[in-house]
Amino acid sequence: MNKNGPLEYDYSVSKLFIMNALFVGTIGMLIGVILAWQMAYPEFNTFLGEDLAEYTNFSRLRPLHTDSVIYGFVLSAVWASWYYVGQRVLKVSMAESKTLMFMGKLHFWLYFAASAVIVASLLMGITTSKEYAEFEWPIDLAITVVWLLWGAGIAGLVGYRREKSLYISVWYYIATFLAVAMLHLFNNMEIPTIIATSPAGETMIGAWWHSVSMYAGTNDALVQWWFGHNAVAFVLTTPIIAMIYYFLPKESGQAIYSYKLSLLSFWGLMFVYIWAGGHHLLYSTVPDWMQTMGSIFSVILILPSWGSAINMLLTMKGEWQQVASSPLIKFMVLGSTFYMFSTLEGPIQAIKSVNAIAHFTDWIIGHVHDGALGWVGFMVIAAIYHMAPRIFRREIYSRSLMNMQFWIQTLGVVLYFTSMWIAGITQGMMWRAHDEFGNLAYSFIDTVTVLHPYYTIRAVGGTLYLIGFVMFVYNIYKTTSAPRVEESDLQNASPMGA
Amino acid sequence: MDIAQLQAYGYFIMTAGLAIGLYAYIYHLYSRRKDADGVDYENYSNMALKDDIADTPVNATSSKKKK
Repeated sequence: MNKNGPLEYDYSVSKLFIMNALFVGTIGMLIGVILAWQMAYPEFNTFLGEDLAEYTNFSRLRPLHTDSVIYGFVLSAVWASWYYVGQRVLKVSMAESKTLMFMGKLHFWLYFAASAVIVASLLMGITTSKEYAEFEWPIDLAITVVWLLWGAGIAGLVGYRREKSLYISVWYYIATFLAVAMLHLFNNMEIPTIIATSPAGETMIGAWWHSVSMYAGTNDALVQWWFGHNAVAFVLTTPIIAMIYYFLPKESGQAIYSYKLSLLSFWGLMFVYIWAGGHHLLYSTVPDWMQTMGSIFSVILILPSWGSAINMLLTMKGEWQQVASSPLIKFMVLGSTFYMFSTLEGPIQAIKSVNAIAHFTDWIIGHVHDGALGWVGFMVIAAIYHMAPRIFRREIYSRSLMNMQFWIQTLGVVLYFTSMWIAGITQGMMWRAHDEFGNLAYSFIDTVTVLHPYYTIRAVGGTLYLIGFVMFVYNIYKTTSAPRVEESDLQNASPMGA
Repeated sequence: MDIAQLQAYGYFIMTAGLAIGLYAYIYHLYSRRKDADGVDYENYSNMALKDDIADTPVNATSSKKKK
């Protein structure tokens, strides 16, 4: 920043996180595509040869895919957007405080270092085997420090603010911080085995990094899915809503349809989401009332979710020509539509009788991906497209490339979830089918044979989405050397080259 | 009254209380339309639309910091 010039927003931390999101996003989705082809053609489990099979098989790569897209790609984009949106809606620049700037950069570099350790440890097969919380205790401690640094950064910016009220997006970012802090701490209560003593009196058991959960059996499952479902809520939903509440109004130049609706949807979502995790454990050893509660709260969850989604769609009221003319708005409107769609699909799957068919099937994988690819992915892409011209002071390199990317990725998402719907329901029906004496009609391998074409279609869908993502990364890369634009061109609709 | 009954009453009272609280909040938002500072809630959308550092805040923290 020019010391003698007028005060400006400083996006240096945001830029670091954007670069990381693009890099990790590409790798994480590439691993996802490899996994999809492995499901369709198992010989891909050894695509680097038998000697390296340990590192290329499905089970070793699967947590790398989930953790890198959730905590690498999405979290980086969320933080990039926080360090961008936070300054703007609070009307305070990071450049005004050396401490805040130092904390922001430390936040990024510690996160980057922890991510590198996570990748290495997962590749080596070091894992607690808790889904989406596979990291051993030293990494959990590092994550806590990274998370607290972000929290301190939020408190710092909020403390310096010129705008008294907090914009709705800031509420969602704060909710993300508080909820994930709680989820991370309670789900990762663990004892390093070197300080434990076994019933037989053994001490110093196992490697120094190894730990065991403080919970056991059904309790462990309950805590795990309270965590797991709320990781979806507070990493893949609330910060993404924070993003759309800023980027859609700003890009379209339209005020939020109803700010009051945004407030009550916020409180509705906060109250309801935290109770819904029990739906992951339907028909398990968890108490029946808890399963029912998980189902009921999942269904109620439609209301606040649709409150936000409809609010966003109505924000475009009278301005629908923008959807046709701007690929950036297209990403956000389709993202919001996919949000409505997956927040209807989820509650349907959480109804006990539907879950009897859906549980453990590919329909669940389809549900996750229409949310992750259609809602989260599209919103992150739109946010980065909006931020890039403002950060680099250049127009977006190519509108036509962006349009092409939109249609390729949309086709990818549609192929992905439709194939998984058919696969999942087929699977569920075949597992349950029995003859008049109660003997199962099919063995497991019968379902695998039937599902093969759908797995292939899913892999094609995933590959299309990845191709679109690479086009996106290329478009952003070329944006860094595109023609310069004036500040006055950046008010609302982002400037784009042909 | 055993613990299970207590839990059930507690659960019912909490759920009913929170539901009443949420509807009261909705009623409050739509009947008052303005917050305690006298700012119409709908004006807060401008925090995103007019977010240049030199723009006037919708509701400034203090007159000293007002741009």
